[in-house]
Amino acid sequence: MGDVVKYLSDAGTRAALWSMLLDHVWLSLLPLVISVVLAVVLGLVCHRYRRLNGFVVGLSNVVYTIPSLALFAIIPAVIGTQVLNPVNVVLALTIYTTALLVRPVVEALNAVPAHVTAAATAMGFRPWRRFLTVELPLSVPVLAAGVRVGSVSNISLVSVGALIGTGGLGTLFTDGFRQRYLAPIAIGIVLTLALALVVDLLLVGLRNLVTPWARAGRA
Amino acid sequence: MIFADAFAWLLDAANWTGSRSIPVRVGVHLLYCLGAVLGAAAIAVPLGLYVGHTGRGGVLLVGGSNALRALPTLGLVTFLYLVAGGGQVGVLIGLVVLAVPPILAGAYAGIQDVDRGVVDAARGMGMTGAQRLWRVELPNALPLLVGGLRNATLQVVATASVAAYVGIETLGRPLLDGLRVLDYGQFVGGAVLVALLAVVLDVVLALVGKLVIPRGLRLSARPRRRAKAPRVG
Repeated sequence: MGDVVKYLSDAGTRAALWSMLLDHVWLSLLPLVISVVLAVVLGLVCHRYRRLNGFVVGLSNVVYTIPSLALFAIIPAVIGTQVLNPVNVVLALTIYTTALLVRPVVEALNAVPAHVTAAATAMGFRPWRRFLTVELPLSVPVLAAGVRVGSVSNISLVSVGALIGTGGLGTLFTDGFRQRYLAPIAIGIVLTLALALVVDLLLVGLRNLVTPWARAGRA
Repeated sequence: MIFADAFAWLLDAANWTGSRSIPVRVGVHLLYCLGAVLGAAAIAVPLGLYVGHTGRGGVLLVGGSNALRALPTLGLVTFLYLVAGGGQVGVLIGLVVLAVPPILAGAYAGIQDVDRGVVDAARGMGMTGAQRLWRVELPNALPLLVGGLRNATLQVVATASVAAYVGIETLGRPLLDGLRVLDYGQFVGGAVLVALLAVVLDVVLALVGKLVIPRGLRLSARPRRRAKAPRVG
């Protein structure tokens, strides 16, 4: 504990911690936002053309078998970026999170009761409007559950990026290990957990905000 | 071409003999993964079955396992290395912590998802709590439980590479060495090996799942597994 206090007493260290935390936030949340959009588009395509279902779900399973460290490494080889470029981490996490989200989105869209879509059609909704105002909102709870898992696992995966030298809180682990110094490692773990918790609470709040009917149903 | 370099590294005979060869590292990698998944299953399966069966502590269980998911493995492994003064126990604990949440989720969701009517019928037939758990709920929960084990194995195989950072000869070694000396062939070769290992283990577990999951369940599993749609109106 004394070590932690001493470590934190230095203003330069505190500034460095802030910048690592900010790096960590955008490295983990940017892929999440991109993935939600990608997964909804892919999910829509699979929902319209059911024959693609097996292929997309199978592909997403295969993607999940690729180790994160390996993906961080192979991406620069394929797209020709520098190894230390943060784009690699963002792209790798986008691929993972999209793979994680596609399946629940497809299942949620397929689970929208037929009489609900039929009613919307009967009310004169065109397919696009029906999708945006009926089917997509109804699949938000399932999507939100997937996004929560995705955010937690992204926040924990970004630290692995420190092994190949892309910033974020993981740098505290490699620095602490190299100097045989526990304080930064402990602070890194606590900050990662706190970040995951805060993001999760925000996501739950967001979900409740966009699905007011869920609360009305419970009351 | 980086992939050509990777194949050259993979096919180099010098990498296939000695104490730091590919087979040895695959063995060490597998050993840690096996230990971690078994250890995690020993903790998570009974806990998931208990909470699912009694219905007590579900909220606590889900919250707790989500918090575990957020623990960064690299941080945990380096922390335990410095505390314990060695890598092996720390790596094993780090990997167990990684594997517990998916197995727990599989076991708990598996029991939870068993049709209440089926459980009631078992109760009506006079089965005791233990009989219901072992003969009705557990077999019905197997598809999701096996799914949880597969998820856990995938994550552990991928993450065991991190162990190389604290000096354990897993398949992460060529990744880190290749990065340090900018030998991309070795780097990508190591990555390919880890991915291959993960795919092979996943296929093996899928086959095990086919063997242990009762046939009747496999036939009926497909139409029953739907996402829960929110109720409207």
